[in-house]
Parts: sequence; structure tokens; C-alpha cells
Amino acid sequence: MHLMYFTEQPMSAYPEQEGRDFGATALMFSNRHFDPVAGSRLYNEYLEHYRLAEEVGFDGIMLNEHHNAPFCMQAKCNIFASILAATTKRVKLVLLGNPLPLADNPVRLAEELAMIDMVSRGRLVSGFVRGGGQEQLATGVNPAYNRERFEEAHALVVKAWTQTGPFRWEGTHYQHRVVNPWALPLQKPHPRVWIPGVLSKETIIWAAKQRYPYIALSTEIEATKKIWELYDQVAQETGYAGGPEYRGYLQRCHVAETEEKAMANARQFMWMQGEFTGLAHPVWSSPSGYFSPSYRTAFVEYAVGRRSNPRGAAFEDQIQNQQIIAGTPKTVIPKLRRLLEETRPSIVGFWAADGFVSTEDTKTCIRLLGQEVLPALRDMGKELGLWSPFEANAPTSINFSEPARPQESAR
Amino acid sequence: MSPSPVPWRTETVSVAGINLSIASAGSGRPVLVLHHDIGRPEPALFDDALARTCSVLVPSHPGYDRSSRPDWMRSVRDVAVVYQWLLGDRDLTRDLTLVGLGFGGWIAAEMATMAPRAFKRLVLVGAMGVKPERGEIADQALLSYIDYVRRGFGDQRAFDRLFGAEPATSRLEQWDLNREMTFRIAWKPYMYNPTLPHLLGGVAIPALIVWGRDDRIVPLECGERYQKALPHARLEILDGAGHFVDMEKPDELASLVTRFITEA
Repeated sequence: MHLMYFTEQPMSAYPEQEGRDFGATALMFSNRHFDPVAGSRLYNEYLEHYRLAEEVGFDGIMLNEHHNAPFCMQAKCNIFASILAATTKRVKLVLLGNPLPLADNPVRLAEELAMIDMVSRGRLVSGFVRGGGQEQLATGVNPAYNRERFEEAHALVVKAWTQTGPFRWEGTHYQHRVVNPWALPLQKPHPRVWIPGVLSKETIIWAAKQRYPYIALSTEIEATKKIWELYDQVAQETGYAGGPEYRGYLQRCHVAETEEKAMANARQFMWMQGEFTGLAHPVWSSPSGYFSPSYRTAFVEYAVGRRSNPRGAAFEDQIQNQQIIAGTPKTVIPKLRRLLEETRPSIVGFWAADGFVSTEDTKTCIRLLGQEVLPALRDMGKELGLWSPFEANAPTSINFSEPARPQESAR
Repeated sequence: MSPSPVPWRTETVSVAGINLSIASAGSGRPVLVLHHDIGRPEPALFDDALARTCSVLVPSHPGYDRSSRPDWMRSVRDVAVVYQWLLGDRDLTRDLTLVGLGFGGWIAAEMATMAPRAFKRLVLVGAMGVKPERGEIADQALLSYIDYVRRGFGDQRAFDRLFGAEPATSRLEQWDLNREMTFRIAWKPYMYNPTLPHLLGGVAIPALIVWGRDDRIVPLECGERYQKALPHARLEILDGAGHFVDMEKPDELASLVTRFITEA
């Protein structure tokens, strides 16, 4: 198993009522409510949490990024990955991920990631995402070409990593007369790529065709099973067998010394929950062209208030269906066992706290996870045969199907 | 009160690999009407009114309403060239008047710069295409389909009459499709072409600029910029209308256009 620690890096220090009055905490919610003093404190607290996560035994730290919204302070996951590359020793740095369509210069992105891989001595896992709907607007990127840009930028980044330069790239969305970065990843053939997502079929199919692990972001167990059905089917058509090493899951899971405290803190998972967690604005989160045409009716109705958020669900329902797990180590372990038994992931991210959960409670949660929950999960993983891509030495991708060669670094 | 409905014929022609749907009606002087970014409303009251005195041709823009989407298309100029091609095929340009409504006005202005003497007259109504110096062109990406269209009406009752107070989901889906195509060709810079003002000076034909005084989509100053940049232009401002002048004041706009076409 590969067990990761994750936080959205909530920017909870803003006047909550202002957000409610405005009706959305996304995109246009003014940054006059952003307090850099609190921001400085929070960034440093989050760094402390990451270091603690390594100390207590997590295998990886999962990072992400979002823009123009308090639910996630991380505007560039490569920045935190760079810091952690130098300040941690053992954990994988799992970026889930860089929003490729937002990159106007994928070559630059390939360079940054290569630098992170070298500085971390080969600990980078470079996930890629499409970016949320509002992120396209926050960065001025055309939502109508989101998927095309994703695919082309991916192809360019992988080529920049794996094919000797200089070469020329004349694409539909990207043109580079000279590609020849003097920064190449330490891991060969290239850092592992994992693709996180919710339920978008196109993304699941794409990941399976690339032979990249897919990381389901806090979906319901039944929905998660459907994801793996689809993934495995595409894998088979593509010529390999799916299985645990291609399956990841991000679990909201808060652990405390008492059930009451855990449940109270877990309610904070609702703090910003909506479309990609933020108190979403139905128009900004679904710009025209961003979603697959098969969802057009649903999102059009959502945009004008005729349908509730296709992704929202009440706290009690999420506790019931295990999208949120909360309790003492003793009570959460059986629930996690159910997740492992029913959906068989080998990669599990723990989204440990959100919102206003104090730094002390967060650290307690990280410690309890590390001391009591992770060892239990590792035993279950062995028992259930849930070997991670590292343990299974799975190929990096469909194009590099020989087993990956872990590079000896210049330690 | 309302005159008998105008019978429209529709045909589909292939231009640049696009299945272009074209509606036509009326007889008399030929007019090409270029519709808004939200597409052509049905009924199209202005088109109807104009067809009583003119021969009116209304294509669905590539990727809008009934025309197929060209995946390769990237700019409003591409649309303008497609229409030049269409008109060239029909040998229509010399007597033709271009009437561009809002976003269609931008297309018409681009067409005029490409062929400075080719047309008889140019009419721009609340046209996008030039960058306002003080205000901004309203960003539909930030507004719901309904809010955006409502913003273009000076009188909300006119919106209700045309689309209903709560437009059907099927109409919203059409607005979404059209919006997606607008994003594909006019995302950045949004709704203007920085080089267009420099090229308008070559347009040799007379132009009529019409603006709704309450246009909250494209500021009136854009009308003034068009008037300054086009050598033979005059500006008419209509009270009691917003951006969708053709939907709020169809008869007034039609008679303005007809007079402009027929005057010496």
C-alpha cells in the first residue's frame, strides 16, 4: 500500500459571513478578505503538518492547487513540492496535480518538475489534472479547449522528459521552436504519473489508456466500484490487466481521541464543500465547453438554479456512505477495511482535516493515523494483496511498459 | 396588431467544410443579417420586419444554432472569411447591405475591412469588436445564460415576452452551445480585435451605427469609436432599448435600416 497525507490547505482565516453574504467563496469573492498575516501562519503550520506526516510513517504527501478561493491556499503545488523536496527525506511528493490546461508553457512545467525530482532525489509523482471550471476563468484560459490542452500539454511534457532535445513542437495549442530543457527528471523513464478525478468518464478512460493509476477523489463506494469497472474494461481493451496498483482513493478521514471530538471536527469537511469543495458558484464552476457534452443538460439546469449541485450531499449521508470517516482509530479501521475490501485500492490518501480544525487537533489526527491506523492498513494491504505501483514495480505508462527502474541517486 | 407571419425558407449549404444553415425571406434589396452571440431568436421579429421590404438572408454562424461546428475555427475573422466565401459563391456582394447585430456586428465590421467597397451599406447595431476605452464589454462567462440575456434588455418585459420569464431548458442548452462557440473564437481578447480600429479607416461604404441607449453589454462609447473610425458613418441612439435592439425595437430598427438602404 501507498499511504499519503493530504490537506486542502484551507484558508479558514477570513470573515465567514462575508462569504455567505456574497453567496460564493470562489473566483470573484474579493481577496480584500485575504489576510496575509494569517496566510503566513497557516502556510507554516501546514509545512509542520507535512513534516510530522513523514515522521509518523506516511509514505507520501499529496499536494494539489486551486485558484481564487479560500478552500485551498495552494496556488501552485510545485512551490510546496519544491520546499518539501528539500525539507523531507523519505516521503513521495505526490502532486495531484498540476492543471495542465492552465499552463501556457508546458516546457517550463516539465523543467520545474524535473528540478523537483532531482532535488528530492527521485521522489516525485507527477499527477496532472484539468483544473476546476472556475480555475479556467481565474487564469484566463479558454474552457472550451480544456481537454485538448490537457492532452497536448501532457504529450509535450512527457516528450520533453524522455526524448533528447533539441526538438521542435508545432501543436494545435502549443508551439515551441526549440525544446531542449537543461533539467531532466532523475527517475527513468520519467516520474510516475497518477491522474486524480471525480466521475468524469473521459478522464478515467484516458488514464486507463495511458496505463496511469487513477485516484478517485472521495467518491461513494458504489460509484468508485463503477470507476474500476470502467477502468479495468479499458485496461483489458488496451492490453493489460487493471488491479490495485492502478487504483487510488482519497478518503476524508478524521481521527481523534474520542468519537465526539472526531465527529465534531469531521463536520469541518463540510466547511467549503461544494463543487470541487468551494462554496461554488454554479456558473463559474461550469463554464461552457468545460464539461463533457453528455452533462450539458445537468449543468445548464444547475447554472440557473433548477437543479442542485450534481456533486453535493449532506454530512450525515456522507458519514453513512463513508465519503467521510471519523472516529477513534478503533472505529475508523473497520470502515477503512470495508473501503479496501470493496474497492481494492493500493494507494490511499488521507484527507485528515479541513476548515477550522485546530493545528493541535490536526497534529493529533496525523499522529493517531501514523501510530495506529497506517500499520493496521499495511497489514490489511498484505492480506488483501493491495500492492502499490512501487511495490508491484508496475510500468510507468503504456508507452514505457517495461518495469520502471528506480534510479540510484547521487546520495 | 402583429402582421401576418413571414414565411422563411431554410437551406443548408457547404462552405469551408461547414454545413451552414441559411434562412431567407422577402424580396427587394438584398440584406445579410448577422445574428447575436446568443443565436437567432425565434420568432426573429426584426428579421420578419425587414423581410417585408427587403430580401433577407440570415445564416446561422458556424457552430451556432443550426450550423455545424468547425473544430478548426479560431477567430471572428475566420467567420467573416466564411461569409465572404458564401457571398462570393452567390455573386451577391455588390448590392448587398450588411446588418450586424451585437456579435454579428463585429463579423460585419471585419467583412467590411476585408472588402472596403464590396458592399452597398454597413449597419452595426450594438456591435462588439472594438475595445472600450473607459468601460468594459460584459463578460458572459461570469453570468448565467438567463442573466446575460436579461442584461441585454432595457425592458425586462420584452425578455419575458420573447423567451418567457423562465426560459425552457432546451433554450438554455442552445444558449450554452452558442456560448461555447463564442468562447472558441472570441475568448481572448474577449469580444474585440485590437487591430480592427486601425483597419476600419479603409471602409469606403456608408455605415449606420445604431446603439440602444441602455446597452449594458457593449458600452455606447464603442459605438462612438466605430463612428470615428469609419469614414462615412453616423450614429443613431435609440432610447428605451438595451443591447438587443432588434428584439426590443424590431420595427423601429427595421425602418431605420430600410431608410438607410434606400436613401440616395
